[in-house]
Amino acid sequence: MTEPAASPTPDQMPAYVSQIPRRGAVAAFFAPVAGFGVSLGNMFKPMVTEEYPREPANVKPRFHGRHQLNRYPDGLEKCIGCELCAWACPADAIYVEAADNTPEEQYSPGERYGRVYQVNYLRCILCGMCTEACPTRALTMTNDFELAGPTRAGLIWEKQDLLVGLSPGMVAPPHPMVEGTKDTHYYCGEVDEATQAQREWVRQNRPDDPSLDATPKGLAAAVPVGATRARQQKITAAARREGGAR
Amino acid sequence: MTAPTTPRAGVPLVPTPAAPVVDAAAPTVTLTVDGLETTVAKGTLVIRAAEQLGIAIPRFCDHPLLAPVGACRQCLVEVWAPGRDGNLAKMPKPQPACAIECTPGMAVRTQHVSDEADSAQRAVMELILANHPLDCPICDKGGECPLQNQAVSNGRTQSRLLGGKRDYEKPVKVSAQVLLDRERCVLCQRCTRFCEQVAGDKFVDLQMRGARQQVGGFDTRLLDVAGQTPVADPDADGGEFASYFSGNTVQICPVGALTSASYRFRSRPFDLVSTPSVGEHDAMGSALRIDHRRGTVLRRLAGDDAQVNAEWLTDKDRFAFRWQEADDRITTPMVRRDGELVPVSWVEALDTAATGLRTAMTKGGVGVLPGGRVTLEDAYAYSKFARVVLGTNDIDHRARVTSDEETTFLAHQVAGRLMEVTFAELTAAPHVVLVGFEPEDEGGIMYLRLREKVLAGSMTLTQVAPVASRGAQRLGAVLVPTAPGTEAEVLDGIVPTAADAVLAQVAAGLATPGAVIVVGERLAGSPGALSAAVRLAKRCGALLAWVPRRAGERGAVEAGTLPNLLPGGRPVADAEAWEEVADVWGPVAALARPGRPVRQILVAAWGGELGGLVVGGVEPGDLPDPAAVCHALDEVGFLVSLEVRHSQVTERADVVLPVAPPAQKPGTFVTWEGRPRPFAQALTSTQASDHRVLDRLATAMGHQLGLGTLTAVHAELDRLGGWGGVRVAAPDVAAGLAPVVADGHAVLASWRLLLDAGRGQDGEEFLAATAHRTTALVSPATAAGLGLADGAAAQVSTARGSLTVPVQVVDMADHVIWLPTNARDCQVHEVLAVVAGDVVQVSVSNEEVPA
Repeated sequence: MTEPAASPTPDQMPAYVSQIPRRGAVAAFFAPVAGFGVSLGNMFKPMVTEEYPREPANVKPRFHGRHQLNRYPDGLEKCIGCELCAWACPADAIYVEAADNTPEEQYSPGERYGRVYQVNYLRCILCGMCTEACPTRALTMTNDFELAGPTRAGLIWEKQDLLVGLSPGMVAPPHPMVEGTKDTHYYCGEVDEATQAQREWVRQNRPDDPSLDATPKGLAAAVPVGATRARQQKITAAARREGGAR
Repeated sequence: MTAPTTPRAGVPLVPTPAAPVVDAAAPTVTLTVDGLETTVAKGTLVIRAAEQLGIAIPRFCDHPLLAPVGACRQCLVEVWAPGRDGNLAKMPKPQPACAIECTPGMAVRTQHVSDEADSAQRAVMELILANHPLDCPICDKGGECPLQNQAVSNGRTQSRLLGGKRDYEKPVKVSAQVLLDRERCVLCQRCTRFCEQVAGDKFVDLQMRGARQQVGGFDTRLLDVAGQTPVADPDADGGEFASYFSGNTVQICPVGALTSASYRFRSRPFDLVSTPSVGEHDAMGSALRIDHRRGTVLRRLAGDDAQVNAEWLTDKDRFAFRWQEADDRITTPMVRRDGELVPVSWVEALDTAATGLRTAMTKGGVGVLPGGRVTLEDAYAYSKFARVVLGTNDIDHRARVTSDEETTFLAHQVAGRLMEVTFAELTAAPHVVLVGFEPEDEGGIMYLRLREKVLAGSMTLTQVAPVASRGAQRLGAVLVPTAPGTEAEVLDGIVPTAADAVLAQVAAGLATPGAVIVVGERLAGSPGALSAAVRLAKRCGALLAWVPRRAGERGAVEAGTLPNLLPGGRPVADAEAWEEVADVWGPVAALARPGRPVRQILVAAWGGELGGLVVGGVEPGDLPDPAAVCHALDEVGFLVSLEVRHSQVTERADVVLPVAPPAQKPGTFVTWEGRPRPFAQALTSTQASDHRVLDRLATAMGHQLGLGTLTAVHAELDRLGGWGGVRVAAPDVAAGLAPVVADGHAVLASWRLLLDAGRGQDGEEFLAATAHRTTALVSPATAAGLGLADGAAAQVSTARGSLTVPVQVVDMADHVIWLPTNARDCQVHEVLAVVAGDVVQVSVSNEEVPA
């Protein structure tokens, strides 16, 4: 074994030598005002200031904002209530309860749907592990990050707050699956839009369903914005006005 | 000051059972597993020897309580064994570790050291997964699935099989409760073997061949077989009766092929908090596990207790738990004002109850009916409350058919004799005689434990009953056909010199050492039968066991909630017994005169002799004449009810004090053996246990019971200890006269089925749909005499009412008609107001009965 080298005493240490190269005479003369060059240079570059909240913030397309529960093209929900999102969540922010689809009330393809779906945004760290865990791509994240409010209840979003609205071609569930399909057909993207039979079923069981009227207004009326989300929208709008939004 | 915990009489009131004895002289085998030498009992399977060394071998079909079958091939290992020349030689192919017994000198190489075993296991896993769907996200087993776990530990990371998978219609209803997803099944045969080897109900079996092989009931539609098969034994749902133990197949299924309707899609294993507990529906004390989420019980699974319930559970203990959280739960104390129950504070309710009870004590005294569903601690509090606060022996927990003979029998034969006859003695018995007891309906787990020994060929059974029930038939029990009421005569006839060959044979069976006579609580309804049973046990040298139906009965006997007993089996007539309790309770007036049993208490209440009643978990329907019970409760001056849910008693009560159901309180049930089964509180609750409510009520009445906490009750029970003094003499009641049966009449035989209209099964419709369909049983001769035909409807009536029931003609005692006591559509007590042994009128009914 070798002896550890003894550290040198201060008087044995070499004198300090700077590694910065020495300036020339002209550079040394202008050195006290050289910093103004940066300011002057930036006057001729484009502005980078975010005018938020006066103007909407421009986040990147893959920004992890609040969640959204998606639908298949015929309007059925993608969520099957498997709770894998809740399982994956490192912050324990998601709570799910599943239930059976019945012939009278079919919300998603297959046997099981998410009856209760809650995300607690006081806990959520928007890490996106839940969306990675989702086996049906039911859960994705939007670019909406405006999640702040004065109450605890206002930050626990329920299924109706998270569920995406209806797009053209969809009919509001519950309604049966496309005739002759299984859940696998849905996963494989073989369903394009609600069929006549599905529309007919809804017409017979819920004649007043607004989504039967395939206009944007009807589709919007069929799935109203959830109460918590609506409240959050109000709070955000007010905060924006407060910030001088035009 | 700490209380001394040495029991007075040297024996604890409820002793802790001794650990099972291990036979050290049993032959052993020495072998190596993965190079580690181990010595195991002869006959041990390789997979168990590996387990004992901590070496995990993947498996699906292997189950320690089922015979090895080697069906799934997942546990393949490399086995070397000494050949004829003495040299170790490798078996040419990998062997299933679950189906091979250890032999001397064997060398086993598992997947941890052997590439061959590892490769074989991976290949088997790949084949198993070839047809297994990827629906783990919606499968109830997901997260606690042996297939999921072992696919990760012993499978390939990616599938090489790209073709389609088997696709079946799903789910198939095996019964209303058990659902089968056939495409998930890996054909391990655990469920079919359970049905065959344990329960004896073949409600599922393997069918079809090759790639189409599947598990299922014989459903002609699914099997694509033309024609209908007759439904032999119908259930309430219209299908074929499955089993009282069907839930066990769901628990042992290693994949999610079998699921229960009540838990399907309800939650995920990681949501659940598990608390070990004890079954509250029978006196077996089955170990179970309560899985709950956010204060709601979602399911119950069998616990593992080799000495009691092995790893099994009855469907009633497994599925009937929603009653505890039913909508009619009482949440606040209530007091009757102007005829209406109004919610009040605890202080007000206790004060009202205290004032009312104090007044009632001066107007004829107060009786106490704790009911048979109490824990040991609660029963003890009722017992002490009656003696110390109310100054009475009028206390009786038996809400059922009783007799003075039974009161004496319990004091003589049952109280204080703890762990004398246990499952160990019962299963070791060469011959068991069942009298007034149906092991499947009234015991559940006891039926499984007996059947195990019957199948092993080490036990024979005789049943003294009017009819061989389905359970008794599957136990291979020899029936001694006995009309209700004549049990005493038959038991006295069991002598070696009996002219009847069967009786002589039973006498010979009982004379073998270790034979056991099991008597049920129903025998109280047959005059002289319990006396005859005691005589028979003495005559033959057999052990005698009394098996009640409810979970709290045995503990209540030990706690002294009987008119003739103090805690620990101390007779009230014994002055020394009173001295002993006074040492612990403090000065207490000795009440040497036995109190009134339940019937007399209610008669006194009816007649206005009794000033008040304190009633625990009693349903009027538990007693033979519910209408009379309700009338007595109406008539009694002051009624205090300690209840979990609103009932016919709370409807009539002056003060209602809410108490916690078993999941929301800690306590101890004492099993039929006298085995203490403590259980913890599973859910947080604002409700208190009965003993705590009684303690507060006593305080309001000016007495300090000192039973406010579980620890305090246990300390007091420990100090009190058991009774070492003189026992009550054996009952000696003469046999009753056989009833005279006129034309158009029959003697009623009846017992409560495991699944019936009991309030403990409320809120679980899937379970109720798996119950037996109601039928009246008669013998061919009786049917001919009454003009009844198999399948036709009979009208059974008394002066009080009548029931219309479809008839089934079976081989049984003549002049007897059997009805279930409390089926949903056949409530013998409510409608007919009779008990087994009474004569009822039977006629042909013109009414349509549901097919």
